[in-house]
Parts: sequence; C-alpha cells; structure tokens
Amino acid sequence: MLVFIIRRLLQSALVVAVMSVLVFVGIYLIGDPLAILASPEASEIDREEIARALGLDRPLWEQYMTFIGSAFVGEFGKSFVFGQPAMGLILERMPATLELAITATLMAFFIGVPLGVYAGLRHESAGAQAIMAGSILGFSLPNFWVGLMLIMIFAVQLGWMPASGRGPTTEVFGLQLSIFSAKGWHHILLPAITLALSKCALIIRLARATAREVMLMDYVKFARAKGLSERRVIGVHILKNIMVPVATVTGLELGALIAFAVITETIFSWPGMGKLLIDSITQLDRPVIVAYLIVVVFMLVAINLVVDILYSVLDPRVRLGGAQ
Amino acid sequence: MTTAPSVPTLRVENLQTHFPTRDGIIRAVDGVSFEVNAGEILGLVGESGSGKSITGFSILGLLDPPGHVAGGSVLFKGEDIVAAAPQRLRQLRGARIAMIFQDPMMTLNPVLRVDTQMIEAVRAHNKVSESAARDRAIETLRAVGIAAPEERLKSYPHQFSGGMRQRVAIAIALLNKPDLIIADEPTTALDVTIQGQILYEMRKLCRETGTALIWITHDLSVVAGLADRVMVMYAGRIVETGSVAEVLEQPRHPYTIGLIGSVPGGTARGHKLFQIPGMAPPPLNLPPGCRFKNRCGFADAACDTMPEMAELSPAHWARCHHPRPAQLAANLAEGGVA
Repeated sequence: MLVFIIRRLLQSALVVAVMSVLVFVGIYLIGDPLAILASPEASEIDREEIARALGLDRPLWEQYMTFIGSAFVGEFGKSFVFGQPAMGLILERMPATLELAITATLMAFFIGVPLGVYAGLRHESAGAQAIMAGSILGFSLPNFWVGLMLIMIFAVQLGWMPASGRGPTTEVFGLQLSIFSAKGWHHILLPAITLALSKCALIIRLARATAREVMLMDYVKFARAKGLSERRVIGVHILKNIMVPVATVTGLELGALIAFAVITETIFSWPGMGKLLIDSITQLDRPVIVAYLIVVVFMLVAINLVVDILYSVLDPRVRLGGAQ
Repeated sequence: MTTAPSVPTLRVENLQTHFPTRDGIIRAVDGVSFEVNAGEILGLVGESGSGKSITGFSILGLLDPPGHVAGGSVLFKGEDIVAAAPQRLRQLRGARIAMIFQDPMMTLNPVLRVDTQMIEAVRAHNKVSESAARDRAIETLRAVGIAAPEERLKSYPHQFSGGMRQRVAIAIALLNKPDLIIADEPTTALDVTIQGQILYEMRKLCRETGTALIWITHDLSVVAGLADRVMVMYAGRIVETGSVAEVLEQPRHPYTIGLIGSVPGGTARGHKLFQIPGMAPPPLNLPPGCRFKNRCGFADAACDTMPEMAELSPAHWARCHHPRPAQLAANLAEGGVA
C-alpha cells in the first residue's frame, strides 16, 4: 500500500515536471507578457526595467531553471499582474471551487445513482424511459447554455435566486466556506446544478448499464433464492456491485470539475480558481498559470489515489500491488 | 420426517412455463407432473434446453422475465405456491425450499464476505441475534466439510476454490434446514473427486434430515450414484420416469436408451462412440405428436399424435407409442435406437 502511494506520488512529480516545461514554452510562444503589462505609452527603458524586474529579459531556459530552483523550496513566483505569490492567489480561491465542485458531485451522485438503478431494474417502465430521455438532455445541453437559462428563469424571471457571486463565508478548519449558511446555499445552488446536470446524466447511464448487468448475475438470483427481501437484494447485493464502477467515475469526474469548472465559474462570477485561470491566461500571467496547473495535477493525482483505495475497499478482489 | 405420508413434500401438476418472444411462445416446460417425498432424491435428467433447469426455477418462482408459469400447479406440502403472494414465496425460499446453482463461481456475491451472505440468509427467516446466526453458519459449514469455519467465514468468495465455494453454497442452502432442496447441476463445474465427495455428503444429509432433493443434471452417472428415482425430460416434457435401477438398467423409451448409450465407456476401444442422430427440435417449432420422432428409429404414423405417459411396469412410466421391451441397457446400446 505504501509502495503504491509512493509510486503514485513519483509519477505525479514527473507529470508536473513535463507539464511545467510545456506551459513555459507554450506561453512563450503565445505572446509577450510585456505587451500587456506595460502601458502602450511606456518608453523602451521602462519596458526593459519591467522585463528585468520580472526576469523576462533572460533566455527561456534560464527563466525555467530559476523557476525550478525556487519551486523546490516552495516558491512558485509572483504573479506578474498582482505582484503577490501565485500559489497564495490560487489557494485563496481554492475553497470556493472545491465547495462548488463537491456540492455538484454529491448532487449528481445522490440523484444519479437512485435514478440510474431504478432505470436499470425497471428498464421497460415509462419512468425508466423518461429518465433515460432526460439523461440524454443532460448530456447534450451545453453547460454555459444551462447556466444562462437557469439565471434567466430563477434569477431574472422568478427572482428566487441570486444571479452571481458567492454567499457570505464562515471559517471552517481554516477554510473560508459558504455552504454553512442559508445565504451561501442560495448562491451555490444554481452553479452547482449547472455543473451537476451533465455529471448526473453520466452517472445515471453508468448506474443503469451496470444495474442491468448485475441484476442478471447468478448471485442476485441466489440472493433471491435465499429468501432475502427485495430491499436487501437491491440495496446490498446489487448496489454494492454497482458502486465499484460508479465510485470510480464519480471520483474522476470530481477531479475534472475542480480543474475545469471554468465556464460555469465565469458565468456565475464564482470567485474560484477557474475564473482566476481565465483572467491569468488573457493577461499571460505565467506564474499563476503554472502554479494553477501544478495544483490541479496534484489534486487529480490525489483524487485518483483515493479512488483506487476506495476501489480496493469496494471490491475485495482488487489488491493494490506495489510489486508487479 | 416432518410430513404425513399422504402429502408429498412437493407435487407438481401439469406445469407449463412459457417464455413469450417476438417469434412466438417458447414452451420451455410443457405439462410436467411429478412428486417428491420427504427424504427422497429425485434425479431430473435431460440435455441442454430440455427444460430441466426451468422446471427448478419455476418451482421457486425465480424465472427471469418474461418467463412465467402459464399453467398447472406446484403444491408444496399441499399449498399451491404458484398462486402464492410474493411475500409468502419469499418466506418459503431459502427457509423451506432451498436451491443450489450450477456455477459456484457465480453464485456467491463477490463483494460480500461469506459471513455476511450466510448470516443474512439465517436472519431473513429467523429472529435471532447476529452471533446466534454466526454460530449456525459455523456449524453448517463444518457439516459440509469446511475446515476452520470460524476463519473461513471472514473470507471473500474469491479466496475459496470452486469446490469450496460450492460447499459454501450448499451450506447456505442447508442453513434453515429446508424440507426440499433443488440442486441445479451443482457438481457440473467441479472435478470428479470433489463431485464424489459432495454427492456422498448430500446423500447423507438427505437421509439424516429427511430433506427431499431434486437433483437436476445431464450426467447419468451422477443420477446412478445418488438418486432414488429418475425422471428423463426431452423438449419440455417428461418422457420416462421410474426407479433409478429400472430406468437406467431397463430403459423403455428410445430417447432414454439413446441417452444411456451415449455415455462413453460402454463402447469398446476403437469403436465409434454412440450418439443420438439429429438434434433436439427447435423450441419455437416443436413437431406435432411425439417430439422425439424425428430422431427415433422406431417412429411411424402413430407417432404423429402425442403419446400419453403409460405405466409399463409398476412405477415405471414412459411416454412412447412403441416402448422397447424390458431388457438390459447394455444389450440395447449395441443396436441402439436406429
């Protein structure tokens, strides 16, 4: 188990190294940050001064080596735009993104699994057909459109929900979270639904497909032959087998939400990491972009690790091997 | 023995099990009637698709939709369980009527520990504490020959071999001391030495507890060593039934004769193995009259009407217009059916 975790961490360090090179080169190719940072009226001398202050006057490989050197001691550079440590900027916004992504994933999971299992077990009923038709909608409607529609209906027309922003936060274990107040829920509901919709559709379809597969297994018939109640057959024998693939996919989708909730955060002006990333890209704020991607990679690796451990808990046949 | 001798443990009358499909109704079981008494072992023999397994599932109400019992009755100790409410059926399943499945690799839930799967079976039918249920599970595992049952209970199914898993499945079937066990080819997937041990133990358990047993199989040698009576099914119907000694040694129906002749071993080395010519009729397109006539060397115009079961000698019945004279199977296999 320990070997497994260490190996995973080493793999992720490698991914981070490769990724940082790509980002450095990529941003270098896109454009010159100076063009954005310096005002058009700035003289050549001013520009050179800014470049020297940010280290942009040196060749790319040298800039990269400097970055690597300081990254090892936990310094990821200062934002070109804000002049603050890039990592600090990201960590400051992370709780907002985390709570949005987790809320959306939990919604998708707790709505998707029961609907999917129902659609699988009663796959010929009208209810199941309706669920499946709905899940196709959930899949195919683009996120930004759903977000705008929700704002149009619930914020503009009905006036039930705020259209943008995050509710007041309270400090919980050192994190600024908004989901512990009613007002916070008010704010998080629309963006969370927007994000949850397509994930929910995915979980429904997966749970349905697995349920249909599992319900035909001999062990389900054998459970019925033992005289167990239908509740126990479905709730324990079928559900526990469905959880293996569903938990895996849900974990991976959570990672994707944390990393790429960008569009939804922008539409709802949610002050999360995604919005920061978009702003940083338009301003070619390289330190922030690199730091953001490092955070995301580590988060994805961590989620994968948790999913793998969960997998071995859910399916006793899976052993986390360090050796082979 | 728990029943009065007049009421058999199980009495099946004119059972009809249908599977509606787009192309028509498959009559998987078509008018099957039989009885099993307490302590008796009935071998139900037939080839794949003959309806023998479906008969077993019909009794327990465990048919996969769209399959359903379309007619007839299943009387368990006199109570019709085809018409019974689902709740009543659930009470009987696993408690009074237990079932053992064919493939031990598939019958135990892979993600639940053996103790979970055994304790839930006890507690589904008895209001007992978990530790009492665990004690019952340990005792039953020991009875089916599993060493160190206390530790084995904490294992997952994949940590057992196939033979051990089938023993666990048998132990689960025995947990609530049922009156009837339906075993659907439980030793087919196991190797011969394990099969022998399990057959021996099942026979002993039935004799000791007075449990009636229906053993579904395609393997005549298993029936020969285990059962008291045998019932041969072909294309959804019973074609011959009687005591094991009579049916296996003096078969009367040409199909039974062919089946016995097909067992390798009776043929001398170098000779071609015997096989019944042709194939079983397609289930959607059964011929009128005797269903075996297309493969039978004795068929004539009379066979275009369905023969009735006839008692050829005491308690030995066959469904044939031209039953073969009673003589030893060994001689029959030579000339065979053709």
